[in-house]
Amino acid sequence: MNVNGVAIDDTFAEAFGMRATRIVITALDSKWALHAARTATGFATSVIACGCEAGIERELAPEETPDGRPGAAILLFAVSSKELAKQVERRVGQCVLTAPTTACFSGMDGEPIPLGKNLRFFGDGFQNSKVIGGRRYWRVPVMDGEFLCEETTGMVKAVGGGNFFVLARGQREALAAGEAAIAAMRRLRGTIMPFPGGIVRSGSKVGSRYKGLVASTNDAFCPTLRGATRSELTPEVGSVLEIVIDGVTDGDVREAMRVGLRAVCDLGADAGILRLSAGNYGGKLGQFHYKLRELLA
Amino acid sequence: MTALTLRLRETLPLSVDASVLSPPRLAGLTRAKIEALELELGNRSVRVGELFDVGGDDWDNVVIENATECLTHLGAGMQGGTLLVNGDVGAYLGLGMSAGRIGVSGSAGIFAGCEMVGGTIEIGGNAGDWLGGALAGDKQGMRGGLIQVRGHAGDRAADRMRRGLVLIEGGAGAYLGSRMLAGTVIVKGSIGPQPGFALKHGTLLLLDGATELPATYNDCGRHELLFLAVLERDLRLRGGLEAFLPLPRAVKRYCGDLANGGKGEILVSAMR
Repeated sequence: MNVNGVAIDDTFAEAFGMRATRIVITALDSKWALHAARTATGFATSVIACGCEAGIERELAPEETPDGRPGAAILLFAVSSKELAKQVERRVGQCVLTAPTTACFSGMDGEPIPLGKNLRFFGDGFQNSKVIGGRRYWRVPVMDGEFLCEETTGMVKAVGGGNFFVLARGQREALAAGEAAIAAMRRLRGTIMPFPGGIVRSGSKVGSRYKGLVASTNDAFCPTLRGATRSELTPEVGSVLEIVIDGVTDGDVREAMRVGLRAVCDLGADAGILRLSAGNYGGKLGQFHYKLRELLA
Repeated sequence: MTALTLRLRETLPLSVDASVLSPPRLAGLTRAKIEALELELGNRSVRVGELFDVGGDDWDNVVIENATECLTHLGAGMQGGTLLVNGDVGAYLGLGMSAGRIGVSGSAGIFAGCEMVGGTIEIGGNAGDWLGGALAGDKQGMRGGLIQVRGHAGDRAADRMRRGLVLIEGGAGAYLGSRMLAGTVIVKGSIGPQPGFALKHGTLLLLDGATELPATYNDCGRHELLFLAVLERDLRLRGGLEAFLPLPRAVKRYCGDLANGGKGEILVSAMR
């Protein structure tokens, strides 16, 4: 298969079931909502070492938030309910509670996990609760006024690890294609691309020759190892970048991949894009498979 | 289908426990069976058919016409449906109700919404004492739901209230929110003496501004409290509560009752 001069590998991305939640962060203005959102989703690129994968889904207008202030919706994904609950509490406690003027609300329905339920104890007995419209909120006194936080947020089953690789003549071409894909994918809801700028250069394979390492460099796609390993790369490929997608639903991931792949293909071979591929584990580990050729059909 | 309508034929000499005349309890009954239901009138039993003209067939929507304060316990224990009353009602309106909606065009007697746990009560006129309160000897009053009074409420409104929302468009009598455990009371008009007496937790929001507060409340200053924005949004979504909107952004916060832990608050609008 070839789209606009870009070869599409006959392969698929393999993704996994995860647990996810959406949290709405608001503040006096969007600047401070984004400060808190960026901090809360920082160091959350991969569950391998970060505990969760997280990102800003989108900015929210005042009319979209519970308190009528500007805000941001963030998505957090983890491998288990317990880990997700832990990460939510730590990140909201350290990054949102601490940020001036912020408030924090559940952004989705689902199995409840604590949001402000335990953070309220920061109030040292001066905290107050309010049940409004069937939802419980905690008012925690802080030095700039009150931190308002919903008691729980909803957790749902989700999908993590959708991906595709952009194989290009060089770094600049690969990066330009990756940025184009991210720009298109960020218009969608229900997905995040958790890596810096949404793009990964250090795609990994499972395992390592070193004991204790659960993942190591994906040598088959490293251009400098073309002659040293069982390479997947043809001689003209000078750089490979990966885009990883986590989504609230299977359909969200599928649509984000389709949009991203299409954006890269639109640049075409003239922009130095040679191939599109994807990472998988032979289809035996992940329950969600996304075939590139089906997505671009 | 038309609403099941019970039209009171004449004013009663004594009060009648009319709790049976609520939507779930009438569900599935034929007109003849409804007319055969027994009510207690003083020390004797009378049949519904002796007091009311019965019509309609929608058990989920019950309408009582020509009601007077002799009808007590209307909607008591209600678990769903809609009960609309044209006229006044007696004591214990919606006592312990858990769901559904009660609308009264006139005034209600004492203990309206007493110990209710859910649902909505709208009173077009005034409400008697102990609105949303607790029965004598019970530890908790209203534990959920919403009560809206367009007129005035008597003394001890929201006494021992545990959860829920009480909105009073007119004024309220003495001891508003006495012994309150939690929940929110909003009063648009003026109130009587000693609001929040022995209040433990919860919020009294007074929109009328200047009010003499008990000595056991301390001034915490003027603040913009974000939960009021969330509450306002909820009131807008519910509809029919425009009289209370917009809620003040800035309020003066008084914490108390310091003689009872001091973890509750009286918020006084700082906008007017």
